[in-house]
Amino acid sequence: MRTSLATVPALPPLRLAQLEGQYAGAIGAKRAKTFVGLALVVGMIGFSAIFGEVDLVKFFSHITAFTSYIGRIFVLDSGPHSGQLTIADPVEWFWGIARWSRLIGETILIAYLGTFVGGIVAFFAAFLAARNLVQSQVVLFIVRRLLEFCRTVPEIAFAMIFVVAFGFGPLPGVLALAIHTTGALGKLFFEVVENADLKAMDGLTSTGATWVASVRFAVMPQVLSNFVSYALLRFEINVREGAIMGLVGAGGIGQDLIEAIRKFYYSDVSAILVLIVITVSVIDLATEALRSRLISREAGH
Amino acid sequence: MTSARSSFFAAALADPHAIAVRHPEIFRIDWATRAKVVGTVVVSFGIAAAAVVFLDIEWQRVLTGFTRLGRFVAVMLPPTYGDTDKLVLYLHAMLETIAIAFLGTLLASVLALPFGFLAARNVVAQKLIHFVTRRGLDAIRSVDKLIWALIWINVVGLGPFAGVLAIMTSDFGLFGKLFSEAIEAADQKASEGVVSSGGGHLHRVRFGLLPGVLPVLIGQVLYQMESNTRSATIIGIVGAGGIGAHFQEQIRLNEWQHVAFLTLLMLITVAVIDYVSTKVRFAIIGTDKLNATH
Repeated sequence: MRTSLATVPALPPLRLAQLEGQYAGAIGAKRAKTFVGLALVVGMIGFSAIFGEVDLVKFFSHITAFTSYIGRIFVLDSGPHSGQLTIADPVEWFWGIARWSRLIGETILIAYLGTFVGGIVAFFAAFLAARNLVQSQVVLFIVRRLLEFCRTVPEIAFAMIFVVAFGFGPLPGVLALAIHTTGALGKLFFEVVENADLKAMDGLTSTGATWVASVRFAVMPQVLSNFVSYALLRFEINVREGAIMGLVGAGGIGQDLIEAIRKFYYSDVSAILVLIVITVSVIDLATEALRSRLISREAGH
Repeated sequence: MTSARSSFFAAALADPHAIAVRHPEIFRIDWATRAKVVGTVVVSFGIAAAAVVFLDIEWQRVLTGFTRLGRFVAVMLPPTYGDTDKLVLYLHAMLETIAIAFLGTLLASVLALPFGFLAARNVVAQKLIHFVTRRGLDAIRSVDKLIWALIWINVVGLGPFAGVLAIMTSDFGLFGKLFSEAIEAADQKASEGVVSSGGGHLHRVRFGLLPGVLPVLIGQVLYQMESNTRSATIIGIVGAGGIGAHFQEQIRLNEWQHVAFLTLLMLITVAVIDYVSTKVRFAIIGTDKLNATH
Protein backbone atom coordinates (compact mmCIF):
# COMPACT_ATOMS: atom_id res chain seq x y z
CA MET A 1 0.00 0.00 0.00
CA ARG A 2 2.62 2.45 1.18
CA THR A 3 4.92 1.78 -1.75
CA SER A 4 2.18 2.22 -4.31
CA LEU A 5 1.20 5.50 -2.71
CA ALA A 6 4.77 6.67 -2.84
CA THR A 7 4.82 6.19 -6.58
CA VAL A 8 2.08 8.79 -7.05
CA PRO A 9 3.96 11.89 -8.18
CA ALA A 10 3.40 14.95 -5.98
CA LEU A 11 2.29 18.15 -7.71
CA PRO A 12 4.58 21.16 -7.53
CA PRO A 13 3.38 23.31 -4.62
CA LEU A 14 2.70 26.30 -6.85
CA ARG A 15 0.44 24.27 -9.17
CA LEU A 16 -1.26 22.64 -6.17
CA ALA A 17 -2.06 26.03 -4.66
CA GLN A 18 -3.42 27.18 -8.01
CA LEU A 19 -5.69 24.13 -8.34
CA GLU A 20 -6.87 24.39 -4.77
CA GLY A 21 -7.69 28.03 -5.35
CA GLN A 22 -9.76 27.12 -8.41
CA TYR A 23 -11.54 24.36 -6.49
CA ALA A 24 -12.36 26.69 -3.60
CA GLY A 25 -13.58 29.29 -6.08
CA ALA A 26 -15.88 26.80 -7.86
CA ILE A 27 -17.27 25.46 -4.60
CA GLY A 28 -17.70 28.99 -3.29
CA ALA A 29 -19.64 30.04 -6.40
CA LYS A 30 -21.89 26.99 -6.10
CA ARG A 31 -22.45 27.63 -2.39
CA ALA A 32 -23.27 31.28 -3.08
CA LYS A 33 -25.84 30.21 -5.69
CA THR A 34 -27.39 27.69 -3.31
CA PHE A 35 -27.44 30.33 -0.58
CA VAL A 36 -29.24 32.87 -2.81
CA GLY A 37 -31.71 30.17 -3.83
CA LEU A 38 -32.38 29.23 -0.22
CA ALA A 39 -32.82 32.89 0.76
CA LEU A 40 -35.41 33.27 -2.02
CA VAL A 41 -37.26 30.14 -0.90
CA VAL A 42 -37.27 31.35 2.72
CA GLY A 43 -38.60 34.73 1.55
CA MET A 44 -41.37 33.00 -0.43
CA ILE A 45 -42.19 30.88 2.62
CA GLY A 46 -42.55 34.03 4.71
CA PHE A 47 -44.80 35.66 2.10
CA SER A 48 -46.89 32.49 1.73
CA ALA A 49 -47.20 31.95 5.46
CA ILE A 50 -48.70 35.43 5.81
CA PHE A 51 -51.05 35.24 2.82
CA GLY A 52 -51.88 31.58 3.46
CA GLU A 53 -52.85 32.50 7.03
CA VAL A 54 -50.69 29.70 8.38
CA ASP A 55 -51.45 29.16 12.03
CA LEU A 56 -49.12 26.56 13.46
CA VAL A 57 -50.55 26.79 16.96
CA LYS A 58 -54.01 25.99 15.61
CA PHE A 59 -52.53 23.30 13.37
CA PHE A 60 -50.76 21.46 16.17
CA SER A 61 -53.58 21.87 18.66
CA HIS A 62 -56.10 20.56 16.11
CA ILE A 63 -53.98 17.97 14.30
CA THR A 64 -55.55 15.19 16.37
CA ALA A 65 -58.87 16.23 14.83
CA PHE A 66 -57.48 15.13 11.45
CA THR A 67 -56.39 11.69 12.60
CA SER A 68 -59.54 11.22 14.64
CA TYR A 69 -61.66 12.30 11.63
CA ILE A 70 -59.92 9.70 9.48
CA GLY A 71 -60.54 7.15 12.23
CA ARG A 72 -64.10 8.34 12.81
CA ILE A 73 -65.24 7.80 9.21
CA PHE A 74 -64.39 4.11 9.58
CA VAL A 75 -66.82 3.67 12.47
CA LEU A 76 -70.46 2.71 11.94
CA ASP A 77 -73.18 5.09 13.18
CA SER A 78 -76.22 2.84 12.97
CA GLY A 79 -77.32 -0.77 12.77
CA PRO A 80 -76.58 -3.66 15.15
CA HIS A 81 -72.82 -3.01 14.96
CA SER A 82 -73.11 0.72 15.70
CA GLY A 83 -69.94 2.05 17.25
CA GLN A 84 -67.76 -0.70 15.81
CA LEU A 85 -65.37 -0.51 12.90
CA THR A 86 -67.10 -0.38 9.52
CA ILE A 87 -65.44 -3.63 8.48
CA ALA A 88 -67.55 -5.45 11.11
CA ASP A 89 -70.70 -5.03 9.03
CA PRO A 90 -69.95 -4.42 5.33
CA VAL A 91 -73.64 -4.61 4.42
CA GLU A 92 -74.48 -1.77 6.80
CA TRP A 93 -71.35 0.17 5.70
CA PHE A 94 -72.31 -0.02 2.01
CA TRP A 95 -76.05 0.33 2.63
CA GLY A 96 -76.40 2.72 -0.32
CA ILE A 97 -74.41 0.55 -2.74
CA ALA A 98 -77.21 0.45 -5.34
CA ARG A 99 -77.46 4.24 -5.57
CA TRP A 100 -73.71 4.77 -5.26
CA SER A 101 -72.83 2.28 -7.99
CA ARG A 102 -75.30 4.00 -10.29
CA LEU A 103 -73.60 7.33 -9.52
CA ILE A 104 -70.14 5.79 -10.01
CA GLY A 105 -71.37 4.47 -13.36
CA GLU A 106 -72.61 7.96 -14.17
CA THR A 107 -69.20 9.37 -13.23
CA ILE A 108 -67.42 6.94 -15.56
CA LEU A 109 -69.81 7.75 -18.41
CA ILE A 110 -69.34 11.50 -17.85
CA ALA A 111 -65.59 10.95 -18.00
CA TYR A 112 -65.93 8.76 -21.10
CA LEU A 113 -68.16 11.16 -23.00
CA GLY A 114 -66.00 14.14 -22.01
CA THR A 115 -62.86 12.35 -23.18
CA PHE A 116 -64.60 11.19 -26.37
CA VAL A 117 -65.93 14.59 -27.43
CA GLY A 118 -62.78 16.44 -26.32
CA GLY A 119 -60.60 13.86 -28.07
CA ILE A 120 -62.44 14.29 -31.38
CA VAL A 121 -62.17 18.08 -31.27
CA ALA A 122 -58.51 17.83 -30.22
CA PHE A 123 -57.89 15.41 -33.11
CA PHE A 124 -58.93 17.98 -35.71
CA ALA A 125 -57.37 20.90 -33.87
CA ALA A 126 -54.01 19.13 -33.60
CA PHE A 127 -53.46 19.05 -37.38
CA LEU A 128 -54.27 22.77 -37.54
CA ALA A 129 -51.86 23.57 -34.71
CA ALA A 130 -48.89 21.56 -36.02
CA ARG A 131 -46.09 23.78 -37.29
CA ASN A 132 -44.92 21.25 -39.87
CA LEU A 133 -48.34 20.96 -41.55
CA VAL A 134 -49.73 24.50 -41.45
CA GLN A 135 -47.92 27.44 -42.99
CA SER A 136 -50.34 30.16 -41.95
CA GLN A 137 -49.07 31.86 -38.78
CA VAL A 138 -52.54 33.26 -38.13
CA VAL A 139 -54.18 29.81 -38.03
CA LEU A 140 -51.40 28.42 -35.83
CA PHE A 141 -51.65 31.35 -33.42
CA ILE A 142 -55.43 31.21 -33.08
CA VAL A 143 -55.69 27.43 -32.66
CA ARG A 144 -52.81 27.31 -30.17
CA ARG A 145 -54.17 30.16 -28.03
CA LEU A 146 -57.61 28.54 -28.00
CA LEU A 147 -56.15 25.22 -26.86
CA GLU A 148 -54.14 27.05 -24.19
CA PHE A 149 -57.28 28.75 -22.91
CA CYS A 150 -59.14 25.43 -22.77
CA ARG A 151 -56.47 23.73 -20.70
CA THR A 152 -55.58 26.61 -18.35
CA VAL A 153 -59.07 27.24 -16.99
CA PRO A 154 -59.79 24.40 -14.52
CA GLU A 155 -62.56 21.90 -15.37
CA ILE A 156 -64.52 22.79 -12.28
CA ALA A 157 -64.52 26.51 -13.21
CA PHE A 158 -66.06 25.63 -16.59
CA ALA A 159 -68.50 23.33 -14.81
CA MET A 160 -69.68 26.15 -12.52
CA ILE A 161 -70.47 28.37 -15.52
CA PHE A 162 -72.09 25.52 -17.47
CA VAL A 163 -74.31 24.57 -14.54
CA VAL A 164 -75.88 28.03 -14.78
CA ALA A 165 -76.29 27.78 -18.57
CA PHE A 166 -77.38 24.14 -18.92
CA GLY A 167 -78.94 23.43 -15.53
CA PHE A 168 -77.94 20.80 -12.96
CA GLY A 169 -77.02 17.25 -14.04
CA PRO A 170 -74.35 15.38 -15.94
CA LEU A 171 -74.51 17.56 -19.09
CA PRO A 172 -72.46 20.52 -17.74
CA GLY A 173 -69.97 18.01 -16.31
CA VAL A 174 -69.53 16.33 -19.69
CA LEU A 175 -69.03 19.68 -21.45
CA ALA A 176 -66.56 20.96 -18.83
CA LEU A 177 -64.45 17.82 -19.11
CA ALA A 178 -64.73 17.91 -22.92
CA ILE A 179 -63.41 21.48 -23.12
CA HIS A 180 -60.52 20.88 -20.75
CA THR A 181 -59.71 17.61 -22.53
CA THR A 182 -59.66 19.42 -25.87
CA GLY A 183 -56.99 21.77 -24.53
CA ALA A 184 -54.90 19.11 -22.80
CA LEU A 185 -55.07 16.47 -25.55
CA GLY A 186 -54.79 19.07 -28.34
CA LYS A 187 -51.37 20.09 -27.05
CA LEU A 188 -50.12 16.50 -26.67
CA PHE A 189 -51.55 15.58 -30.10
CA PHE A 190 -49.93 18.42 -32.03
CA GLU A 191 -46.59 17.68 -30.40
CA VAL A 192 -46.92 14.09 -31.70
CA VAL A 193 -47.80 15.39 -35.17
CA GLU A 194 -44.81 17.72 -35.13
CA ASN A 195 -42.54 14.77 -34.42
CA ALA A 196 -43.97 12.73 -37.32
CA ASP A 197 -41.78 11.85 -40.28
CA LEU A 198 -42.90 14.03 -43.21
CA LYS A 199 -41.23 12.10 -46.05
CA ALA A 200 -44.42 10.18 -46.77
CA MET A 201 -46.33 13.48 -46.77
CA ASP A 202 -43.91 14.90 -49.35
CA GLY A 203 -44.38 11.79 -51.46
CA LEU A 204 -48.16 12.09 -51.49
CA THR A 205 -48.14 15.84 -52.09
CA SER A 206 -45.81 15.30 -55.07
CA THR A 207 -48.38 12.99 -56.68
CA GLY A 208 -50.92 15.80 -56.51
CA ALA A 209 -52.83 14.68 -53.42
CA THR A 210 -54.72 17.37 -51.53
CA TRP A 211 -53.63 18.49 -48.05
CA VAL A 212 -56.41 16.51 -46.39
CA ALA A 213 -55.58 13.33 -48.33
CA SER A 214 -51.88 13.69 -47.57
CA VAL A 215 -52.52 14.15 -43.86
CA ARG A 216 -54.94 11.20 -43.87
CA PHE A 217 -52.64 8.70 -45.56
CA ALA A 218 -49.16 9.97 -44.62
CA VAL A 219 -49.43 11.46 -41.13
CA MET A 220 -52.40 9.74 -39.50
CA PRO A 221 -51.01 6.18 -39.63
CA GLN A 222 -47.91 7.42 -37.77
CA VAL A 223 -49.69 9.28 -35.00
CA LEU A 224 -52.93 7.39 -34.35
CA SER A 225 -51.62 4.89 -31.80
CA ASN A 226 -49.98 7.71 -29.81
CA PHE A 227 -53.24 9.64 -29.90
CA VAL A 228 -55.18 6.66 -28.53
CA SER A 229 -52.58 6.13 -25.83
CA TYR A 230 -52.81 9.76 -24.67
CA ALA A 231 -56.62 9.67 -24.83
CA LEU A 232 -56.67 6.61 -22.54
CA LEU A 233 -54.38 8.40 -20.08
CA ARG A 234 -56.70 11.40 -20.16
CA PHE A 235 -59.73 9.17 -19.58
CA GLU A 236 -58.16 7.99 -16.34
CA ILE A 237 -57.58 11.62 -15.22
CA ASN A 238 -61.14 12.52 -16.23
CA VAL A 239 -62.58 9.75 -14.04
CA ARG A 240 -60.85 11.40 -11.05
CA GLU A 241 -62.13 14.81 -12.13
CA GLY A 242 -65.59 13.41 -12.84
CA ALA A 243 -65.77 12.28 -9.22
CA ILE A 244 -65.71 15.91 -8.03
CA MET A 245 -68.01 17.42 -10.68
CA GLY A 246 -70.91 16.77 -8.31
CA LEU A 247 -69.46 19.32 -5.88
CA VAL A 248 -70.84 22.10 -8.10
CA GLY A 249 -73.91 20.16 -9.23
CA ALA A 250 -72.49 18.78 -12.47
CA GLY A 251 -73.40 15.11 -11.93
CA GLY A 252 -71.64 11.99 -10.72
CA ILE A 253 -70.75 10.62 -7.28
CA GLY A 254 -69.43 13.98 -5.99
CA GLN A 255 -72.91 15.15 -5.08
CA ASP A 256 -73.42 12.38 -2.53
CA LEU A 257 -69.86 12.69 -1.25
CA ILE A 258 -70.08 16.40 -0.46
CA GLU A 259 -73.46 15.85 1.18
CA ALA A 260 -72.02 13.06 3.35
CA ILE A 261 -69.04 15.24 4.38
CA ARG A 262 -71.13 18.36 5.08
CA LYS A 263 -73.82 16.48 7.02
CA PHE A 264 -71.31 14.32 8.95
CA TYR A 265 -72.57 10.94 7.68
CA TYR A 266 -69.19 9.55 8.72
CA SER A 267 -69.36 5.95 7.52
CA ASP A 268 -70.91 7.06 4.20
CA VAL A 269 -67.86 9.27 3.59
CA SER A 270 -65.50 6.32 3.91
CA ALA A 271 -67.78 4.04 1.88
CA ILE A 272 -67.94 6.50 -1.03
CA LEU A 273 -64.21 7.25 -0.83
CA VAL A 274 -63.43 3.52 -0.89
CA LEU A 275 -65.67 3.14 -3.97
CA ILE A 276 -63.90 6.05 -5.69
CA VAL A 277 -60.43 4.72 -4.88
CA ILE A 278 -61.38 1.24 -6.16
CA THR A 279 -62.94 2.64 -9.35
CA VAL A 280 -59.94 4.86 -10.08
CA SER A 281 -57.52 1.96 -9.49
CA VAL A 282 -59.51 -0.39 -11.75
CA ILE A 283 -59.70 2.20 -14.54
CA ASP A 284 -56.01 2.92 -13.98
CA LEU A 285 -55.09 -0.77 -14.40
CA ALA A 286 -57.42 -1.26 -17.39
CA THR A 287 -56.13 1.73 -19.35
CA GLU A 288 -52.56 0.78 -18.43
CA ALA A 289 -53.11 -2.73 -19.84
CA LEU A 290 -54.67 -1.33 -23.04
CA ARG A 291 -51.84 1.17 -23.47
CA SER A 292 -49.08 -1.39 -22.99
CA ARG A 293 -50.81 -3.65 -25.57
CA LEU A 294 -50.96 -0.70 -27.94
CA ILE A 295 -47.30 0.14 -27.42
CA SER A 296 -46.11 -3.47 -27.75
CA ARG A 297 -48.05 -3.78 -31.02
CA GLU A 298 -46.35 -0.60 -32.17
CA ALA A 299 -42.94 -2.01 -31.26
CA GLY A 300 -43.73 -5.33 -33.02
CA HIS A 301 -44.18 -3.62 -36.36
CA MET B 1 -33.66 9.24 -68.22
CA THR B 2 -36.35 11.66 -67.19
CA SER B 3 -38.45 10.96 -70.22
CA ALA B 4 -38.11 7.21 -69.70
CA ARG B 5 -39.29 7.67 -66.15
CA SER B 6 -42.24 9.86 -67.02
CA SER B 7 -43.31 7.48 -69.74
CA PHE B 8 -43.09 4.67 -67.18
CA PHE B 9 -45.39 6.60 -64.83
CA ALA B 10 -47.72 7.44 -67.71
CA ALA B 11 -47.97 3.77 -68.60
CA ALA B 12 -48.53 2.81 -64.98
CA LEU B 13 -51.25 5.41 -64.46
CA ALA B 14 -52.96 4.47 -67.71
CA ASP B 15 -53.73 1.04 -66.34
CA PRO B 16 -53.73 1.01 -62.53
CA HIS B 17 -55.47 -2.32 -62.56
CA ALA B 18 -52.42 -3.94 -64.18
CA ILE B 19 -50.26 -2.82 -61.26
CA ALA B 20 -52.69 -4.35 -58.85
CA VAL B 21 -52.49 -7.64 -60.75
CA ARG B 22 -48.68 -7.53 -60.87
CA HIS B 23 -48.21 -6.70 -57.16
CA PRO B 24 -51.09 -8.40 -55.37
CA GLU B 25 -49.30 -8.42 -51.98
CA ILE B 26 -49.36 -4.60 -51.86
CA PHE B 27 -52.96 -4.23 -52.95
CA ARG B 28 -54.33 -7.08 -50.88
CA ILE B 29 -56.85 -5.81 -48.37
CA ASP B 30 -55.78 -6.55 -44.81
CA TRP B 31 -59.18 -7.57 -43.43
CA ALA B 32 -57.89 -8.42 -39.94
CA THR B 33 -56.45 -4.94 -39.33
CA ARG B 34 -59.44 -3.29 -40.92
CA ALA B 35 -61.85 -5.24 -38.74
CA LYS B 36 -59.88 -4.20 -35.66
CA VAL B 37 -59.94 -0.52 -36.62
CA VAL B 38 -63.61 -0.53 -37.61
CA GLY B 39 -64.47 -2.55 -34.50
CA THR B 40 -62.66 -0.07 -32.21
CA VAL B 41 -64.39 2.88 -33.85
CA VAL B 42 -67.83 1.23 -33.68
CA VAL B 43 -67.36 0.23 -30.02
CA SER B 44 -66.14 3.67 -28.95
CA PHE B 45 -69.03 5.41 -30.73
CA GLY B 46 -71.42 2.80 -29.32
CA ILE B 47 -70.31 3.51 -25.73
CA ALA B 48 -70.62 7.24 -26.41
CA ALA B 49 -74.18 6.76 -27.71
CA ALA B 50 -75.05 4.62 -24.69
CA ALA B 51 -73.61 7.31 -22.42
CA VAL B 52 -75.79 9.96 -24.08
CA VAL B 53 -78.87 7.81 -23.44
CA PHE B 54 -77.96 6.84 -19.88
CA LEU B 55 -76.98 10.39 -18.88
CA ASP B 56 -80.28 11.61 -20.28
CA ILE B 57 -78.71 14.24 -22.52
CA GLU B 58 -81.39 15.90 -24.66
CA TRP B 59 -80.42 17.91 -27.72
CA GLN B 60 -83.03 20.49 -26.87
CA ARG B 61 -81.25 21.20 -23.58
CA VAL B 62 -77.87 21.32 -25.32
CA LEU B 63 -79.17 23.90 -27.80
CA THR B 64 -80.91 26.16 -25.28
CA GLY B 65 -77.85 25.85 -23.05
CA PHE B 66 -75.51 26.99 -25.78
CA THR B 67 -77.69 29.98 -26.68
CA ARG B 68 -77.75 30.96 -23.01
CA LEU B 69 -73.97 30.46 -22.81
CA GLY B 70 -73.58 32.69 -25.87
CA ARG B 71 -75.55 35.40 -24.10
CA PHE B 72 -73.31 35.08 -21.02
CA VAL B 73 -70.20 35.45 -23.17
CA ALA B 74 -71.72 38.51 -24.84
CA VAL B 75 -72.34 40.23 -21.50
CA MET B 76 -68.85 39.25 -20.26
CA LEU B 77 -67.34 41.93 -22.49
CA PRO B 78 -65.61 44.05 -21.54
CA PRO B 79 -64.16 42.34 -18.44
CA THR B 80 -64.17 44.64 -15.44
CA TYR B 81 -63.49 44.58 -11.73
CA GLY B 82 -65.94 47.27 -10.69
CA ASP B 83 -64.37 49.65 -8.17
CA THR B 84 -60.90 49.79 -6.63
CA ASP B 85 -62.03 48.11 -3.43
CA LYS B 86 -63.06 45.05 -5.42
CA LEU B 87 -59.75 45.11 -7.32
CA VAL B 88 -57.78 45.12 -4.06
CA LEU B 89 -59.95 42.25 -2.82
CA TYR B 90 -59.35 40.23 -5.99
CA LEU B 91 -55.60 40.88 -6.05
CA HIS B 92 -55.32 39.90 -2.40
CA ALA B 93 -57.20 36.67 -3.17
CA MET B 94 -54.84 36.02 -6.07
CA LEU B 95 -51.76 36.44 -3.82
CA GLU B 96 -53.47 34.09 -1.39
CA THR B 97 -53.88 31.60 -4.25
CA ILE B 98 -50.17 31.79 -5.11
CA ALA B 99 -49.28 31.39 -1.43
CA ILE B 100 -51.48 28.27 -1.18
CA ALA B 101 -49.91 26.74 -4.27
CA PHE B 102 -46.34 27.52 -3.21
CA LEU B 103 -46.59 26.40 0.39
CA GLY B 104 -48.69 23.33 -0.46
CA THR B 105 -46.20 22.19 -3.11
CA LEU B 106 -43.19 22.85 -0.87
CA LEU B 107 -44.62 21.00 2.14
CA ALA B 108 -45.72 18.10 -0.06
CA SER B 109 -42.25 17.70 -1.55
CA VAL B 110 -40.52 17.86 1.85
CA LEU B 111 -42.91 15.26 3.29
CA ALA B 112 -42.72 13.03 0.22
CA LEU B 113 -38.92 12.86 0.05
CA PRO B 114 -38.43 10.16 2.73
CA PHE B 115 -41.41 8.19 1.39
CA GLY B 116 -40.02 8.39 -2.13
CA PHE B 117 -36.89 6.64 -0.89
CA LEU B 118 -38.96 4.16 1.09
CA ALA B 119 -41.00 3.23 -1.99
CA ALA B 120 -37.96 2.91 -4.26
CA ARG B 121 -36.88 -0.65 -4.99
CA ASN B 122 -33.18 0.17 -5.11
CA VAL B 123 -33.21 1.75 -1.63
CA VAL B 124 -35.51 -0.50 0.38
CA ALA B 125 -35.28 -4.10 -0.77
CA GLN B 126 -38.15 -5.15 1.54
CA LYS B 127 -41.01 -6.00 -0.84
CA LEU B 128 -43.77 -5.54 1.74
CA ILE B 129 -42.60 -2.04 2.76
CA HIS B 130 -42.60 -0.61 -0.72
CA PHE B 131 -45.82 -2.37 -1.69
CA VAL B 132 -47.62 -0.84 1.30
CA THR B 133 -45.99 2.56 0.74
CA ARG B 134 -46.90 2.60 -2.97
CA ARG B 135 -50.53 1.53 -2.50
CA GLY B 136 -50.90 4.02 0.34
CA LEU B 137 -49.54 6.83 -1.83
CA ASP B 138 -51.87 5.76 -4.67
CA ALA B 139 -54.90 5.87 -2.38
CA ILE B 140 -54.00 9.36 -1.12
CA ARG B 141 -53.52 10.55 -4.69
CA SER B 142 -56.84 9.24 -5.96
CA VAL B 143 -58.77 11.42 -3.50
CA ASP B 144 -59.12 14.86 -5.09
CA LYS B 145 -57.69 18.07 -3.61
CA LEU B 146 -61.19 19.48 -3.13
CA ILE B 147 -62.15 16.48 -0.99
CA TRP B 148 -58.98 16.83 1.07
CA ALA B 149 -59.83 20.52 1.46
CA LEU B 150 -63.27 19.63 2.83
CA ILE B 151 -61.65 17.26 5.33
CA TRP B 152 -58.96 19.76 6.42
CA ILE B 153 -61.61 22.46 6.91
CA ASN B 154 -62.98 20.25 9.69
CA VAL B 155 -59.54 20.47 11.33
CA VAL B 156 -58.25 24.04 10.89
CA GLY B 157 -61.46 25.80 9.91
CA LEU B 158 -62.32 27.77 6.77
CA GLY B 159 -59.56 29.73 5.07
CA PRO B 160 -56.41 29.39 2.98
CA PHE B 161 -54.54 27.26 5.53
CA ALA B 162 -56.95 24.40 4.79
CA GLY B 163 -56.12 24.89 1.10
CA VAL B 164 -52.38 24.66 1.81
CA LEU B 165 -52.92 21.42 3.72
CA ALA B 166 -55.19 19.99 1.00
CA ILE B 167 -52.60 20.57 -1.74
CA MET B 168 -49.92 19.23 0.58
CA THR B 169 -51.84 15.99 1.24
CA SER B 170 -52.83 15.28 -2.34
CA ASP B 171 -49.40 16.06 -3.79
CA PHE B 172 -47.69 14.10 -1.06
CA GLY B 173 -49.17 11.04 -2.79
CA LEU B 174 -48.16 12.27 -6.24
CA PHE B 175 -44.60 13.26 -5.31
CA GLY B 176 -44.05 10.03 -3.38
CA LYS B 177 -44.79 8.11 -6.57
CA LEU B 178 -42.83 10.42 -8.90
CA PHE B 179 -39.83 10.58 -6.55
CA SER B 180 -39.64 6.81 -6.09
CA GLU B 181 -39.70 6.34 -9.87
CA ALA B 182 -36.96 8.94 -10.35
CA ILE B 183 -34.83 7.31 -7.65
CA GLU B 184 -35.29 3.88 -9.24
CA ALA B 185 -34.22 5.30 -12.60
CA ALA B 186 -31.08 6.88 -11.11
CA ASP B 187 -27.62 5.87 -12.30
CA GLN B 188 -26.28 3.16 -9.97
CA LYS B 189 -22.59 3.74 -10.72
CA ALA B 190 -22.12 6.42 -8.07
CA SER B 191 -23.80 4.19 -5.45
CA GLU B 192 -21.54 1.28 -6.38
CA GLY B 193 -18.54 3.57 -6.04
CA VAL B 194 -19.56 4.63 -2.54
CA VAL B 195 -20.18 1.02 -1.48
CA SER B 196 -16.89 -0.20 -2.97
CA SER B 197 -14.95 2.38 -0.97
CA GLY B 198 -16.55 1.10 2.23
CA GLY B 199 -19.64 3.32 2.56
CA GLY B 200 -22.68 2.07 4.46
CA HIS B 201 -26.28 2.02 3.29
CA LEU B 202 -27.01 5.59 4.39
CA HIS B 203 -23.75 6.82 2.83
CA ARG B 204 -24.85 5.21 -0.42
CA VAL B 205 -28.19 7.01 -0.36
CA ARG B 206 -26.75 10.36 0.74
CA PHE B 207 -23.63 10.52 -1.46
CA GLY B 208 -24.41 8.05 -4.24
CA LEU B 209 -28.13 8.65 -4.95
CA LEU B 210 -29.17 12.04 -3.61
CA PRO B 211 -26.80 14.30 -5.62
CA GLY B 212 -27.91 12.61 -8.84
CA VAL B 213 -31.65 12.64 -8.28
CA LEU B 214 -32.10 15.92 -6.42
CA PRO B 215 -32.10 18.14 -9.56
CA VAL B 216 -34.62 15.80 -11.20
CA LEU B 217 -36.87 15.92 -8.13
CA ILE B 218 -36.65 19.73 -7.94
CA GLY B 219 -37.60 19.84 -11.63
CA GLN B 220 -40.70 17.73 -10.96
CA VAL B 221 -41.69 19.92 -8.01
CA LEU B 222 -41.36 23.11 -10.07
CA TYR B 223 -43.33 21.53 -12.90
CA GLN B 224 -46.12 20.71 -10.45
CA MET B 225 -46.15 24.32 -9.19
CA GLU B 226 -48.01 25.42 -12.33
CA SER B 227 -50.65 22.70 -12.01
CA ASN B 228 -51.10 23.52 -8.33
CA THR B 229 -51.61 27.21 -9.06
CA ARG B 230 -54.54 26.13 -11.21
CA SER B 231 -55.87 23.87 -8.45
CA ALA B 232 -55.47 26.68 -5.91
CA THR B 233 -57.61 28.99 -8.05
CA ILE B 234 -60.64 26.73 -7.54
CA ILE B 235 -60.03 25.35 -4.06
CA GLY B 236 -61.93 28.40 -2.73
CA ILE B 237 -65.27 26.97 -3.88
CA VAL B 238 -65.33 24.74 -0.80
CA GLY B 239 -64.07 27.56 1.43
CA ALA B 240 -60.36 26.80 1.46
CA GLY B 241 -59.10 30.25 0.42
CA GLY B 242 -57.93 31.86 -2.78
CA ILE B 243 -59.70 33.39 -5.74
CA GLY B 244 -62.19 30.51 -6.19
CA ALA B 245 -64.68 31.85 -3.66
CA HIS B 246 -64.95 35.18 -5.54
CA PHE B 247 -65.29 33.32 -8.85
CA GLN B 248 -68.17 31.27 -7.50
CA GLU B 249 -69.83 34.29 -5.87
CA GLN B 250 -69.70 36.39 -9.04
CA ILE B 251 -71.29 33.54 -11.03
CA ARG B 252 -74.10 33.35 -8.45
CA LEU B 253 -74.59 37.13 -8.65
CA ASN B 254 -74.73 36.94 -12.47
CA GLU B 255 -71.87 39.47 -12.64
CA TRP B 256 -70.44 38.06 -15.86
CA GLN B 257 -68.02 40.95 -16.43
CA HIS B 258 -66.42 40.17 -13.07
CA VAL B 259 -66.31 36.47 -13.94
CA ALA B 260 -64.48 37.35 -17.15
CA PHE B 261 -62.03 39.57 -15.24
CA LEU B 262 -61.32 36.82 -12.69
CA THR B 263 -60.80 34.29 -15.50
CA LEU B 264 -58.28 36.65 -17.14
CA LEU B 265 -56.55 37.13 -13.79
CA MET B 266 -56.29 33.33 -13.41
CA LEU B 267 -54.91 32.92 -16.94
CA ILE B 268 -52.28 35.62 -16.43
CA THR B 269 -51.23 34.28 -13.03
CA VAL B 270 -50.89 30.70 -14.29
CA ALA B 271 -48.89 31.93 -17.31
CA VAL B 272 -46.54 33.95 -15.06
CA ILE B 273 -46.02 31.03 -12.64
CA ASP B 274 -45.42 28.72 -15.60
CA TYR B 275 -42.85 31.14 -17.05
CA VAL B 276 -41.01 31.61 -13.74
CA SER B 277 -40.96 27.91 -12.84
CA THR B 278 -39.69 26.97 -16.32
CA LYS B 279 -36.92 29.60 -16.00
CA VAL B 280 -35.91 28.25 -12.59
CA ARG B 281 -35.99 24.69 -13.89
CA PHE B 282 -33.69 25.67 -16.75
CA ALA B 283 -31.33 27.33 -14.27
CA ILE B 284 -31.21 24.30 -11.98
CA ILE B 285 -31.09 21.30 -14.25
CA GLY B 286 -30.18 22.66 -17.68
CA THR B 287 -31.94 22.23 -21.00
CA ASP B 288 -30.80 18.69 -21.83
CA LYS B 289 -32.00 17.13 -18.60
CA LEU B 290 -35.22 19.15 -18.67
CA ASN B 291 -36.46 17.20 -21.67
CA ALA B 292 -35.39 13.91 -20.16
CA THR B 293 -37.63 14.32 -17.12
CA HIS B 294 -40.80 14.10 -19.17
